[in-house]
Amino acid sequence: MISTGKTLQVDAHGRLKHFLTIDGLERELLINILDTAESFAGVGERAVKKVPLLRGKTIVNLFFEPSTRTRTTFELAAKRLSADVLNINASTSSTTKGESLLDTLRTLEAMHCDMFVVRHAQSGAAHFIARHAAPHISVINGGDGRHAHPTQAMLDMFTIRRHKGDFASLKVAIVGDVAHSRVARSQIHALTTLGAAQVRIVAPRTLVPPGVESLGVTVHQHLRAGLAGADVVILLRLQNERMQGALLPSSHEYFQYYGVTEEKLAVADPDAIVMHPGPLNRGVEIDSDVADGPRSVILRQVSYGIAIRMAVMSMAIGSHAAAERELS
Amino acid sequence: MRMRISGARVVDPANGVNEITDVTIFDGRVQSVGKVPDGFDAERVLDASGLVLIPGIVDLRARLREPGAEHKATIASESCAAARGGITTLCCPPDTDPIIDTPAVAELIHQRATASGHARVEVLGALTRNLDGRNIAEMGALKEAGCLGVSNAMQPVSDTEVMRRAMEYAATFGLTVFVNAEDPWLARDRLVHDGAVGTRLGLPGIPEIAESIGVARELLLVEQTGTRTHFCHLSTGPAVDMVRDARSHGLPVSADVAIHQLLLTEADVGSFDGYCHVRPPLRSLDDRARLRAGVRAGVLGSICSDHQPHELDAKLKPFSETEPGISALDSLLALVLGLVYDDELTLPQAVAALTSGPAATLGIDRGTLSAGAAADVCLFDPEEQWVLDDASMQSRGHNTPFKGHTCKGRVRCTLVGGRVVFESQPV
Repeated sequence: MISTGKTLQVDAHGRLKHFLTIDGLERELLINILDTAESFAGVGERAVKKVPLLRGKTIVNLFFEPSTRTRTTFELAAKRLSADVLNINASTSSTTKGESLLDTLRTLEAMHCDMFVVRHAQSGAAHFIARHAAPHISVINGGDGRHAHPTQAMLDMFTIRRHKGDFASLKVAIVGDVAHSRVARSQIHALTTLGAAQVRIVAPRTLVPPGVESLGVTVHQHLRAGLAGADVVILLRLQNERMQGALLPSSHEYFQYYGVTEEKLAVADPDAIVMHPGPLNRGVEIDSDVADGPRSVILRQVSYGIAIRMAVMSMAIGSHAAAERELS
Repeated sequence: MRMRISGARVVDPANGVNEITDVTIFDGRVQSVGKVPDGFDAERVLDASGLVLIPGIVDLRARLREPGAEHKATIASESCAAARGGITTLCCPPDTDPIIDTPAVAELIHQRATASGHARVEVLGALTRNLDGRNIAEMGALKEAGCLGVSNAMQPVSDTEVMRRAMEYAATFGLTVFVNAEDPWLARDRLVHDGAVGTRLGLPGIPEIAESIGVARELLLVEQTGTRTHFCHLSTGPAVDMVRDARSHGLPVSADVAIHQLLLTEADVGSFDGYCHVRPPLRSLDDRARLRAGVRAGVLGSICSDHQPHELDAKLKPFSETEPGISALDSLLALVLGLVYDDELTLPQAVAALTSGPAATLGIDRGTLSAGAAADVCLFDPEEQWVLDDASMQSRGHNTPFKGHTCKGRVRCTLVGGRVVFESQPV
């Protein structure tokens, strides 16, 4: 009935057109993104932090949910590629006047942009925009509802590859509110596609989504069992709203049983790395000793995020350029 | 007028008829099925060889959008589309705007339908005033205005005491209560079936037990009150089992299933296909199999369209912002026949679920070709193939995931009370 994640995102030649979800993408493409990001990773350390790849292109950050860090990294990535950037904070714009998403899209298209980076509170919003956008426009999903945050997952994979090497031997534990997490879903797809040995989720029953085993993970209800021998520990942010609505009694109890401390990490692999997409809730999902400790790679994740976004943006706009050349 | 329809395969499950034979109609009523009476001088003869003749379809639930949402559709447009689909009686739930909780609204709808002159329209009145789930509606007046039953449409009646009293009051007037059985808290703000697909898409899911708990509560209330109760649009296997057990214990309950639930599953939501956003949601393969078995066993006595036409914009949004519902009048017969061609149902089972079953639930003397019955008739070509698309759809709403589907089976002629309300080409 509707095209699968793969055929909407990838053109007939296997090139990335839109980047909406990891679900349905092939391992080779994910490796390609990681390798492309490697080549951009050095750019940020140079004196002139720019490459001219996307000069003359206009990238629109279309953010319907507030975000500082994600939007800033997309903006930095676009500017390092020499693109022009337009930031639309749709929570203060005409959408609050009742303009439909489709009308917002058409208005922006009339301004001749090449790419939308979209963050939206509803799952499927990025797919919707990709389906309805003019053919020359690429769409990057900056996070849609609970569904996907593919660039975050790719920077997490980049981090893992940089610090732990090949995925095949790795035991990865994702700890926290998987049920409401678009980051977790994308990470799970990426880890299983890249061939991680074990992907575990660790959470109380109320935060485990139904049928999650079908995504290729094992489910643990107890932190120590979930962390045993883990090479990579990924922590998810616990939002304050979860303490209402009968899912959790208090952040205090969550920290007791699911908060990661040095003591709890003792059962993990001695060389385990600790990751977190940020922002941190110290004393809820993570203890300060761990956040600031030797195993934490949290700050590196942020810098890798720029390289990954540069990679994805240049690949997507590059595919359109290549396709246009083929047609002419 | 005296009409003879000759040579059709007549399928009238209410009377156990399934054979090629002749039908005569006189003065708006069926005169005979079988040997033509001696001396019957037909003014019009339809040569129906190769065609199938069934009682006009009785569609238990179709939203006509009038009054209140005429930008989506009107009684005239939808009753016309119905007639073209072989549907001769439509039953409209009370969630119009204004709600059918006063006789005036029921009368308005009846008048508009009569003026339009296509399919007949019956209405269900409100169970509670304004469908608020707190104060019971004036069911006596609604019955007198012609309401065939009462319903709270998709609005919950969370207060069990209110539901009990509403059912008792309905029983006082001999009204059947049509229920949307769903635990409101388990379903609140949720969209799809609670399972692997919902998890993958990051869409909040309604668990199967939301329906089971709703059905269980209502069945216990039926046991207590003895009120005739009909379960609308069941979507889960467990609910079918519960209704089957209740019926075997003699409880006065019936149930229907929407045609899309017999064909689609949660997987069809695919990559956020808003055309598959329905309420209750599309469920698992196992549920679909058990719903089909429920139709075969007669537990689900009716298949309805659950017709919900929408304007284009209602579906042109991210999934959670789309309005639920499928425009289904145009495709009801063809999709049900598809189940026959796939050996899921026999033709008599399918026809019963579209005619005698729903008529019995509504308590009306239709859905049969008994001698003396109103001549509401559907004559269709079982072999004709056609594509469901914007050009072929007659309803004002084109919101269907079946667009592009090749249908097999097309209506050639529809009669209401012996009068031709649709004819694709002179038969």
